[in-house]
Amino acid sequence: MPVSTNASQAVYDALKANDVRIVSALPETWLVHMMQMAEDDPEMTLVRLAKEEEGVGVSTGAHLAGVRSAMLMQNHGLFASLNGIISCAQLYRIPLLMCISHRGVMGERDPWQTEGGLLTTHVLDAIRVPYETIASAPDAMRRVSDAMTLAYSSLRPVALLLERSLMWEDAA
Amino acid sequence: MKRIDALRRIHPMLDGCAVVTIMGAVAAELQSVGHRPNFFYLQHAMGLASSLGLGLALARPDRQVIVFDGDGSLLMNLGSLTTLARYRPRNLLHVVFDNENLLSVGGFPTATSTGTDLAGIAREAGVPNTALVDTLVGFERAFTESLERDDLTTLVAKVEPVGPAGFVTELGLLENRFRFGRWMTGSTSEEETP
Repeated sequence: MPVSTNASQAVYDALKANDVRIVSALPETWLVHMMQMAEDDPEMTLVRLAKEEEGVGVSTGAHLAGVRSAMLMQNHGLFASLNGIISCAQLYRIPLLMCISHRGVMGERDPWQTEGGLLTTHVLDAIRVPYETIASAPDAMRRVSDAMTLAYSSLRPVALLLERSLMWEDAA
Repeated sequence: MKRIDALRRIHPMLDGCAVVTIMGAVAAELQSVGHRPNFFYLQHAMGLASSLGLGLALARPDRQVIVFDGDGSLLMNLGSLTTLARYRPRNLLHVVFDNENLLSVGGFPTATSTGTDLAGIAREAGVPNTALVDTLVGFERAFTESLERDDLTTLVAKVEPVGPAGFVTELGLLENRFRFGRWMTGSTSEEETP
Protein backbone atom coordinates (compact mmCIF):
# COMPACT_ATOMS: atom_id res chain seq x y z
CA MET A 1 0.00 0.00 0.00
CA PRO A 2 1.49 3.33 -1.01
CA VAL A 3 0.38 5.10 2.16
CA SER A 4 3.58 6.52 3.63
CA THR A 5 4.64 4.86 6.86
CA ASN A 6 7.32 7.50 7.41
CA ALA A 7 4.83 10.34 7.14
CA SER A 8 2.31 8.49 9.30
CA GLN A 9 5.02 7.98 11.93
CA ALA A 10 6.03 11.65 11.75
CA VAL A 11 2.46 12.86 12.35
CA TYR A 12 1.88 10.25 15.04
CA ASP A 13 5.14 11.16 16.82
CA ALA A 14 4.11 14.83 16.71
CA LEU A 15 0.76 14.01 18.33
CA LYS A 16 2.55 12.04 21.06
CA ALA A 17 5.05 14.84 21.59
CA ASN A 18 2.11 17.19 22.09
CA ASP A 19 0.72 14.96 24.85
CA VAL A 20 -2.18 13.55 22.85
CA ARG A 21 -3.34 10.45 24.75
CA ILE A 22 -6.75 9.73 23.17
CA VAL A 23 -7.21 9.43 19.42
CA SER A 24 -10.65 8.90 17.95
CA ALA A 25 -10.81 7.78 14.37
CA LEU A 26 -12.83 6.30 11.58
CA PRO A 27 -10.81 4.10 9.24
CA GLU A 28 -9.75 5.70 5.98
CA THR A 29 -7.05 4.48 3.62
CA TRP A 30 -4.55 7.26 4.33
CA LEU A 31 -4.94 6.83 8.09
CA VAL A 32 -4.49 3.06 8.46
CA HIS A 33 -0.86 3.24 9.63
CA MET A 34 -1.57 5.99 12.13
CA MET A 35 -4.50 4.06 13.54
CA GLN A 36 -2.35 0.96 13.87
CA MET A 37 0.32 3.00 15.68
CA ALA A 38 -2.29 4.25 18.11
CA GLU A 39 -3.65 0.72 18.58
CA ASP A 40 -0.17 -0.69 19.28
CA ASP A 41 0.84 2.10 21.69
CA PRO A 42 0.08 1.26 25.33
CA GLU A 43 0.22 4.98 26.17
CA MET A 44 -2.54 5.80 23.67
CA THR A 45 -6.26 5.08 23.76
CA LEU A 46 -7.68 4.57 20.28
CA VAL A 47 -11.45 5.01 19.96
CA ARG A 48 -12.76 3.51 16.75
CA LEU A 49 -15.97 5.34 15.90
CA ALA A 50 -19.12 4.39 14.03
CA LYS A 51 -19.40 7.95 12.69
CA GLU A 52 -16.93 10.79 12.94
CA GLU A 53 -19.18 13.22 14.82
CA GLU A 54 -18.96 10.96 17.88
CA GLY A 55 -15.30 11.94 18.04
CA VAL A 56 -16.23 15.55 18.80
CA GLY A 57 -18.05 14.31 21.88
CA VAL A 58 -15.21 12.00 22.89
CA SER A 59 -12.65 14.80 22.55
CA THR A 60 -14.87 17.23 24.44
CA GLY A 61 -15.20 14.78 27.32
CA ALA A 62 -11.48 14.09 27.28
CA HIS A 63 -10.68 17.80 27.35
CA LEU A 64 -13.05 18.52 30.22
CA ALA A 65 -11.30 15.69 32.08
CA GLY A 66 -7.91 17.24 31.40
CA VAL A 67 -6.65 14.82 28.74
CA ARG A 68 -5.40 15.91 25.31
CA SER A 69 -6.92 14.19 22.30
CA ALA A 70 -7.13 14.37 18.52
CA MET A 71 -9.51 13.24 15.80
CA LEU A 72 -8.26 11.38 12.72
CA MET A 73 -10.67 11.45 9.82
CA GLN A 74 -11.23 12.02 6.14
CA ASN A 75 -12.56 15.32 4.84
CA HIS A 76 -15.94 13.61 4.49
CA GLY A 77 -15.69 12.90 8.19
CA LEU A 78 -15.33 16.63 8.73
CA PHE A 79 -18.53 17.13 6.75
CA ALA A 80 -20.26 14.46 8.83
CA SER A 81 -19.14 16.19 12.05
CA LEU A 82 -20.24 19.73 11.33
CA ASN A 83 -23.07 20.05 13.83
CA GLY A 84 -20.92 18.62 16.60
CA ILE A 85 -18.05 20.97 15.78
CA ILE A 86 -20.34 23.99 15.77
CA SER A 87 -22.78 23.23 18.57
CA CYS A 88 -20.44 21.36 20.90
CA ALA A 89 -16.77 22.20 20.30
CA GLN A 90 -17.23 25.81 19.23
CA LEU A 91 -20.20 26.61 21.46
CA TYR A 92 -18.30 25.31 24.49
CA ARG A 93 -14.85 26.56 23.43
CA ILE A 94 -13.14 23.18 23.22
CA PRO A 95 -9.56 22.98 21.89
CA LEU A 96 -10.28 20.25 19.33
CA LEU A 97 -7.43 19.11 17.08
CA MET A 98 -8.71 17.56 13.84
CA CYS A 99 -6.26 15.79 11.55
CA ILE A 100 -8.05 15.47 8.23
CA SER A 101 -6.92 13.52 5.18
CA HIS A 102 -7.44 15.91 2.31
CA ARG A 103 -8.96 13.65 -0.32
CA GLY A 104 -10.34 14.60 -3.70
CA VAL A 105 -7.71 17.12 -4.76
CA MET A 106 -5.06 17.05 -7.54
CA GLY A 107 -3.88 13.50 -8.11
CA GLU A 108 -7.04 11.88 -6.76
CA ARG A 109 -7.98 8.74 -8.69
CA ASP A 110 -11.16 7.81 -6.80
CA PRO A 111 -14.08 9.57 -8.52
CA TRP A 112 -16.20 9.45 -5.36
CA GLN A 113 -13.74 11.69 -3.51
CA THR A 114 -13.67 14.50 -6.03
CA GLU A 115 -16.75 16.47 -5.00
CA GLY A 116 -15.68 16.71 -1.37
CA GLY A 117 -12.21 17.80 -2.42
CA LEU A 118 -13.69 20.96 -3.91
CA LEU A 119 -15.27 21.97 -0.62
CA THR A 120 -12.95 21.11 2.26
CA THR A 121 -11.16 24.41 2.70
CA HIS A 122 -14.33 26.38 1.96
CA VAL A 123 -16.21 24.53 4.69
CA LEU A 124 -13.37 25.15 7.17
CA ASP A 125 -13.41 28.83 6.25
CA ALA A 126 -17.20 29.00 6.51
CA ILE A 127 -17.20 27.59 10.05
CA ARG A 128 -14.14 29.67 10.94
CA VAL A 129 -11.85 26.78 11.80
CA PRO A 130 -8.22 27.81 11.30
CA TYR A 131 -6.23 25.25 9.30
CA GLU A 132 -2.77 24.52 7.98
CA THR A 133 -1.63 21.86 5.59
CA ILE A 134 1.05 19.27 6.23
CA ALA A 135 2.62 18.57 2.87
CA SER A 136 5.82 16.78 3.90
CA ALA A 137 6.96 14.70 6.86
CA PRO A 138 9.63 17.10 8.20
CA ASP A 139 6.87 19.72 8.66
CA ALA A 140 4.72 17.48 10.85
CA MET A 141 6.20 18.27 14.26
CA ARG A 142 6.09 22.05 13.80
CA ARG A 143 2.60 22.06 12.28
CA VAL A 144 1.08 19.82 14.94
CA SER A 145 2.72 21.79 17.75
CA ASP A 146 1.54 25.09 16.29
CA ALA A 147 -1.99 23.75 15.81
CA MET A 148 -2.14 22.50 19.38
CA THR A 149 -0.78 25.79 20.68
CA LEU A 150 -3.46 27.78 18.86
CA ALA A 151 -6.21 25.34 19.88
CA TYR A 152 -5.34 25.86 23.55
CA SER A 153 -4.71 29.61 23.40
CA SER A 154 -7.93 30.28 21.47
CA LEU A 155 -9.97 27.44 23.01
CA ARG A 156 -11.33 26.59 19.59
CA PRO A 157 -11.22 23.71 17.11
CA VAL A 158 -8.32 23.75 14.64
CA ALA A 159 -7.60 21.55 11.63
CA LEU A 160 -4.55 20.10 9.92
CA LEU A 161 -5.00 18.92 6.36
CA LEU A 162 -2.90 15.87 5.61
CA GLU A 163 -2.03 16.32 1.95
CA ARG A 164 -1.56 13.74 -0.78
CA SER A 165 2.10 14.73 -1.10
CA LEU A 166 2.54 13.78 2.56
CA MET A 167 0.48 10.60 2.81
CA TRP A 168 0.59 8.92 -0.59
CA GLU A 169 3.73 7.53 -2.23
CA ASP A 170 2.87 7.18 -5.89
CA ALA A 171 5.02 4.89 -7.97
CA ALA A 172 7.38 7.08 -9.97
CA MET B 1 -43.43 8.39 35.96
CA LYS B 2 -42.38 12.00 35.58
CA ARG B 3 -38.74 12.61 34.73
CA ILE B 4 -38.38 15.32 37.36
CA ASP B 5 -39.59 12.92 40.06
CA ALA B 6 -37.05 10.35 38.84
CA LEU B 7 -34.31 13.00 39.03
CA ARG B 8 -35.39 13.98 42.57
CA ARG B 9 -35.15 10.34 43.68
CA ILE B 10 -31.57 9.82 42.55
CA HIS B 11 -30.18 13.37 42.99
CA PRO B 12 -28.40 12.51 46.29
CA MET B 13 -26.59 9.65 44.51
CA LEU B 14 -24.94 12.04 42.03
CA ASP B 15 -22.40 13.38 44.53
CA GLY B 16 -18.88 12.71 43.33
CA CYS B 17 -20.07 11.58 39.88
CA ALA B 18 -19.38 13.38 36.61
CA VAL B 19 -22.89 14.03 35.25
CA VAL B 20 -23.71 14.97 31.64
CA THR B 21 -27.19 15.83 30.40
CA ILE B 22 -28.71 16.57 27.03
CA MET B 23 -30.29 19.93 26.22
CA GLY B 24 -33.76 21.17 26.98
CA ALA B 25 -36.08 19.74 29.58
CA VAL B 26 -33.55 17.35 31.17
CA ALA B 27 -31.01 20.13 31.72
CA ALA B 28 -33.61 22.57 33.07
CA GLU B 29 -35.18 20.00 35.37
CA LEU B 30 -31.90 18.78 36.84
CA GLN B 31 -30.93 22.40 37.51
CA SER B 32 -34.29 23.00 39.20
CA VAL B 33 -33.74 19.97 41.43
CA GLY B 34 -30.31 21.36 42.30
CA HIS B 35 -27.28 22.27 40.22
CA ARG B 36 -23.86 21.03 41.32
CA PRO B 37 -20.40 21.85 39.88
CA ASN B 38 -20.07 18.20 38.81
CA PHE B 39 -23.01 18.56 36.38
CA PHE B 40 -22.41 19.49 32.72
CA TYR B 41 -25.33 20.34 30.43
CA LEU B 42 -24.70 19.81 26.71
CA GLN B 43 -27.12 22.47 25.53
CA HIS B 44 -26.98 21.52 21.85
CA ALA B 45 -25.15 18.98 19.69
CA MET B 46 -28.02 16.52 20.00
CA GLY B 47 -26.78 12.95 20.16
CA LEU B 48 -23.31 13.66 21.51
CA ALA B 49 -23.98 13.40 25.25
CA SER B 50 -23.22 9.67 25.26
CA SER B 51 -20.05 10.24 23.22
CA LEU B 52 -19.00 13.01 25.61
CA GLY B 53 -19.62 10.64 28.50
CA LEU B 54 -17.41 8.05 26.80
CA GLY B 55 -14.61 10.61 26.51
CA LEU B 56 -14.93 11.50 30.19
CA ALA B 57 -15.05 7.84 31.22
CA LEU B 58 -11.99 6.87 29.17
CA ALA B 59 -10.01 9.90 30.34
CA ARG B 60 -10.88 9.35 34.01
CA PRO B 61 -11.49 5.64 34.65
CA ASP B 62 -11.39 6.34 38.39
CA ARG B 63 -14.47 8.57 38.22
CA GLN B 64 -18.09 7.39 37.88
CA VAL B 65 -19.70 9.05 34.86
CA ILE B 66 -23.48 9.33 34.43
CA VAL B 67 -25.13 10.47 31.20
CA PHE B 68 -28.78 11.56 31.14
CA ASP B 69 -29.78 11.04 27.52
CA GLY B 70 -33.17 11.17 25.81
CA ASP B 71 -34.94 9.23 23.09
CA GLY B 72 -34.78 12.06 20.54
CA SER B 73 -31.08 12.63 21.18
CA LEU B 74 -30.05 8.98 21.23
CA LEU B 75 -31.97 8.30 18.02
CA MET B 76 -29.69 10.88 16.37
CA ASN B 77 -26.58 8.92 17.35
CA LEU B 78 -27.50 5.25 17.63
CA GLY B 79 -24.00 4.35 16.48
CA SER B 80 -22.77 5.66 19.82
CA LEU B 81 -24.25 2.57 21.49
CA THR B 82 -21.96 0.38 19.39
CA THR B 83 -18.95 2.49 20.37
CA LEU B 84 -19.91 2.43 24.05
CA ALA B 85 -20.26 -1.36 23.87
CA ARG B 86 -16.94 -1.71 22.06
CA TYR B 87 -14.94 0.10 24.74
CA ARG B 88 -17.21 -0.88 27.62
CA PRO B 89 -16.14 1.75 30.16
CA ARG B 90 -17.05 0.19 33.49
CA ASN B 91 -17.49 3.62 35.05
CA LEU B 92 -20.25 4.76 32.68
CA LEU B 93 -23.96 4.68 33.44
CA HIS B 94 -26.04 5.73 30.43
CA VAL B 95 -29.58 6.71 31.42
CA VAL B 96 -32.10 7.35 28.65
CA PHE B 97 -35.30 9.20 29.56
CA ASP B 98 -37.71 7.99 26.89
CA ASN B 99 -40.84 10.16 26.67
CA GLU B 100 -41.45 9.00 23.07
CA ASN B 101 -41.43 12.63 22.12
CA LEU B 102 -39.40 15.60 20.91
CA LEU B 103 -40.93 17.63 23.68
CA SER B 104 -38.75 20.72 23.55
CA VAL B 105 -39.76 21.63 20.00
CA GLY B 106 -43.48 21.20 20.49
CA GLY B 107 -44.22 17.55 21.10
CA PHE B 108 -43.50 15.53 17.98
CA PRO B 109 -43.60 11.76 18.55
CA THR B 110 -40.34 9.89 18.01
CA ALA B 111 -39.92 6.36 16.70
CA THR B 112 -40.06 4.94 20.22
CA SER B 113 -43.77 5.93 20.16
CA THR B 114 -44.31 3.39 17.39
CA GLY B 115 -42.38 0.55 18.93
CA THR B 116 -38.63 1.22 18.63
CA ASP B 117 -37.03 -0.31 21.72
CA LEU B 118 -33.93 1.62 22.80
CA ALA B 119 -33.02 -0.84 25.57
CA GLY B 120 -33.27 -3.63 23.00
CA ILE B 121 -31.10 -1.70 20.55
CA ALA B 122 -28.51 -1.10 23.30
CA ARG B 123 -28.53 -4.79 24.22
CA GLU B 124 -28.08 -5.94 20.63
CA ALA B 125 -25.37 -3.31 20.15
CA GLY B 126 -23.44 -5.16 22.82
CA VAL B 127 -24.02 -3.03 25.91
CA PRO B 128 -23.51 -5.67 28.61
CA ASN B 129 -26.22 -4.43 31.00
CA THR B 130 -29.51 -2.94 29.91
CA ALA B 131 -32.81 -2.34 31.65
CA LEU B 132 -36.19 -0.85 30.84
CA VAL B 133 -38.19 0.65 33.72
CA ASP B 134 -41.44 2.58 33.88
CA THR B 135 -42.00 3.20 37.60
CA LEU B 136 -40.22 5.43 40.10
CA VAL B 137 -39.45 2.52 42.39
CA GLY B 138 -38.14 0.50 39.48
CA PHE B 139 -36.01 3.40 38.28
CA GLU B 140 -34.47 4.05 41.67
CA ARG B 141 -33.68 0.35 42.13
CA ALA B 142 -32.21 -0.06 38.64
CA PHE B 143 -30.17 3.16 39.00
CA THR B 144 -28.74 2.03 42.33
CA GLU B 145 -27.93 -1.44 41.00
CA SER B 146 -26.25 0.06 37.95
CA LEU B 147 -23.98 2.24 40.09
CA GLU B 148 -23.06 -0.73 42.28
CA ARG B 149 -22.45 -3.01 39.30
CA ASP B 150 -19.23 -1.31 38.20
CA ASP B 151 -19.94 -2.00 34.53
CA LEU B 152 -21.37 -0.21 31.51
CA THR B 153 -25.16 0.02 31.71
CA THR B 154 -27.83 1.59 29.51
CA LEU B 155 -30.93 2.21 31.61
CA VAL B 156 -34.03 3.27 29.69
CA ALA B 157 -36.74 4.95 31.77
CA LYS B 158 -40.15 5.49 30.20
CA VAL B 159 -41.38 8.91 31.37
CA GLU B 160 -44.38 11.13 30.72
CA PRO B 161 -43.98 13.74 27.96
CA VAL B 162 -44.08 16.68 30.33
CA GLY B 163 -41.42 19.24 31.17
CA PRO B 164 -40.81 22.74 32.48
CA ALA B 165 -42.37 25.82 30.91
CA GLY B 166 -39.03 27.11 29.67
CA PHE B 167 -35.55 25.79 29.05
CA VAL B 168 -33.25 28.81 29.42
CA THR B 169 -31.75 29.00 32.90
CA GLU B 170 -29.56 31.45 34.79
CA LEU B 171 -26.51 29.24 34.37
CA GLY B 172 -24.33 30.42 31.48
CA LEU B 173 -23.09 27.72 29.11
CA LEU B 174 -19.45 28.69 29.41
CA GLU B 175 -19.64 29.26 33.15
CA ASN B 176 -20.98 25.72 33.45
CA ARG B 177 -18.29 24.34 31.11
CA PHE B 178 -15.34 25.95 32.90
CA ARG B 179 -16.54 25.14 36.41
CA PHE B 180 -17.27 21.53 35.40
CA GLY B 181 -13.80 21.26 33.84
CA ARG B 182 -12.22 22.57 37.04
CA TRP B 183 -14.22 20.09 39.07
CA MET B 184 -13.12 17.23 36.79
CA THR B 185 -9.46 18.15 36.96
CA GLY B 186 -9.57 19.12 40.62
CA SER B 187 -7.74 22.35 39.94
CA THR B 188 -9.95 24.38 42.30
CA SER B 189 -10.32 22.75 45.66
CA GLU B 190 -13.45 24.65 46.64
CA GLU B 191 -15.27 23.06 43.70
CA GLU B 192 -14.09 19.56 44.44
CA THR B 193 -16.97 18.73 46.74
CA PRO B 194 -20.49 19.34 45.51
